[in-house]
Amino acid sequence: MADVQIMNGNQLIVEAALLAGCRFYAGYPITPSSEIPELLARRMPEVGGIFMQLEDEIASIIAAAAASYAGYKSMTASSGPGISLKQEGIGMACMMELPLVIVDVMRGGPSTGLPTRASQSDYMQARWGTHGDHMIIAVAPGTLLECYTQTIRAFNMAERYRTPVIILSDATLAHLSSGVTLPPPDTLEIVDRRQPTVEPENYRPYEISATNPVPPLPNRENFPRYRFHMTGLNKDATGFPTENATTVLADENRMINKIMDATADIESFEHYQLEDAQVAVIAYGSNANAARVAIKEARAQGLKVGMFRPITVWPFPFQQVMELGRKFKHIIVSEMNLGQMIHEVQRALQGRSELHCVLQAAGTPIRPQQILQKIREVSA
Amino acid sequence: MSVDYPRYLRNDKLPLYWCPGCGNGIVLKALIGAIDELHWEKNDIVMVSGIGCAARGSGYVDFHTLHTLHGRAVPAATAIKMCHPSMHVIVFSGDGDMLAIGGNHFIHACRRNIDITMVVVNNWIYGMTGGQYSPTTPPGSKASTMPQGNIDSNFDVVELARGAGATFVARGSVADPISLKNYLRKGLEHKGISVIDALSTCHTQWGGRNQLGDPVQLVEHIRNITVNRSNAGALSPEELQGKMITGIFHQDLEKKEYAQAYYELSRPVEQTAVV
Ligand SMILES: Cc1ncc(C[n+]2csc(CCOP(=O)(O)OP(=O)(O)O)c2C)c(N)n1
Ligand code: SF4
Ligand SMILES: [Mg+2]
Repeated sequence: MADVQIMNGNQLIVEAALLAGCRFYAGYPITPSSEIPELLARRMPEVGGIFMQLEDEIASIIAAAAASYAGYKSMTASSGPGISLKQEGIGMACMMELPLVIVDVMRGGPSTGLPTRASQSDYMQARWGTHGDHMIIAVAPGTLLECYTQTIRAFNMAERYRTPVIILSDATLAHLSSGVTLPPPDTLEIVDRRQPTVEPENYRPYEISATNPVPPLPNRENFPRYRFHMTGLNKDATGFPTENATTVLADENRMINKIMDATADIESFEHYQLEDAQVAVIAYGSNANAARVAIKEARAQGLKVGMFRPITVWPFPFQQVMELGRKFKHIIVSEMNLGQMIHEVQRALQGRSELHCVLQAAGTPIRPQQILQKIREVSA
Repeated sequence: MSVDYPRYLRNDKLPLYWCPGCGNGIVLKALIGAIDELHWEKNDIVMVSGIGCAARGSGYVDFHTLHTLHGRAVPAATAIKMCHPSMHVIVFSGDGDMLAIGGNHFIHACRRNIDITMVVVNNWIYGMTGGQYSPTTPPGSKASTMPQGNIDSNFDVVELARGAGATFVARGSVADPISLKNYLRKGLEHKGISVIDALSTCHTQWGGRNQLGDPVQLVEHIRNITVNRSNAGALSPEELQGKMITGIFHQDLEKKEYAQAYYELSRPVEQTAVV
């Protein structure tokens, strides 16, 4: 029997996180993410997990990372300004290779921006907000159902690749309530971090096998038995700091490649009516719904147009977009900011297609009409 | 019985990264001595630190260790205590780390009364980064960013911790390592937040600039400016001028510990919960 629930995006993220095994949350309230801590404050004690409201976003990301070090699946949530504050901690989790999920219910900016309005202006912050060379995984759910399924995926990828994963939601998804048919839990894959097979005295937190660039990490049960060191400094396989150039370079490359070499698993996207299309729209997140409506309308008017919708937005689906460039003369990028993903698209197209855009950073969602108009212009 | 120090150390990481004569080693030794007296299992101990010279201490002890970011040891320790409430969680970090960049976390941890022990290795300076002044640098003393003498007021760590609600507050110094060890042990045993202001020495970055560059002379200086609480009563206000009082200042056994309070309100209904 289908499990139909009336829920909004924030609630769906919470329930998915709990189903994925999240048992630690630390955060600091900020609109439009605040239902996440409010709901978790009730739900965590029910499932034997830990909820903490800490003094700020910095404490929260550090606590969430430390809980992951201590073996827990953990999460924090915030929005633009709070994510800015978390960035140093996100980098720490990248360096320590700690599985962690960070929800960013995006709002406009810079600064305090538009607290209650929808935006996609953290697209680049998600990728490059923390300093130093690193790779990040970020997913942008486009529907309420995806708020659920992509949150589970975010935890799975965090655990499988020992890395922070960012969920880019926005105020529209967060506060839109609707009936959602949730997949039965037993049909969902739940991934747990690989456990060390060596005796505790022989465990080294960054020692990899010939076949897997992701080292095992003790879970909640095993943590007390395994004593090891972790640092935010560049480290060697033992977890201790090193300045050896060869070791550092190899480790930096491994941390990036453990993600880049797994894009077949990490990548996710939707092709919508692209088959016979002559114009392609590229949009993600809640804004892709406006694009979808525009495309339906355009098709009703006889214009052949489709959409490429990245769901995993980082790593950027370079190969996919490059192929779009081979096929389409005109590509329209639409995003709720003044141009962020479009730079990546441009790089991938390598000048093959003519690039158009529908961008907006006004706090108001982009209307299907705006995208439709651009489709008409381009198709003319 | 003497303490088997190598049992608690990652001996392959020695020699210490610290300058010969640095006070950090004395504080770390006192801490290990206190742990030894408590007969705690190494598997049950987590040491968390931030960034700085003192913070490097976490790399040398054979416990669970986490060397976090500058100023962020306390929230990490807080989370670990919540995750594993039966484990003993210790923060070992410098004055700049704990009171400047980490000052907000410090006061909130005091208020929260979570059962972790915060050892502030207080050498009145940013040792690691070249002797810039810290929130505990004495007014008038010289720092690389206050070559004319510090015009900024300093925190009294004991007053700060007490004011913020800490339930165990003590101050010791490297000039009296036995008392320091005793305060640390009492702090470790205390169920709730414990703060130990451990006056330490940095001859390299503070002493040299302030005509106290010899490590022994600097320890002597600390001995001269500290007075134990038990003796302070007998001194006149004039005699107490410029002195730092050591001892245990405060212990409150009534206030509820945070992790315990959380676990009491959290009654898992795992079987009935609709996830
Ligand atoms: C975010 C950030 N800001 C600044 C620094 C540079 N930094 C490293 S340690 C330190 C001061 C350390 O002083 P203290 O905590 O007193 O430790 P000590 O070296 O004296 O033991 C500073 C400013 C840093 N690592 N990270
Ligand atoms: S610089 Fe100062 S605090 Fe750092 S190791 Fe040397 S003496 Fe110790
Ligand atoms: Mg210092």
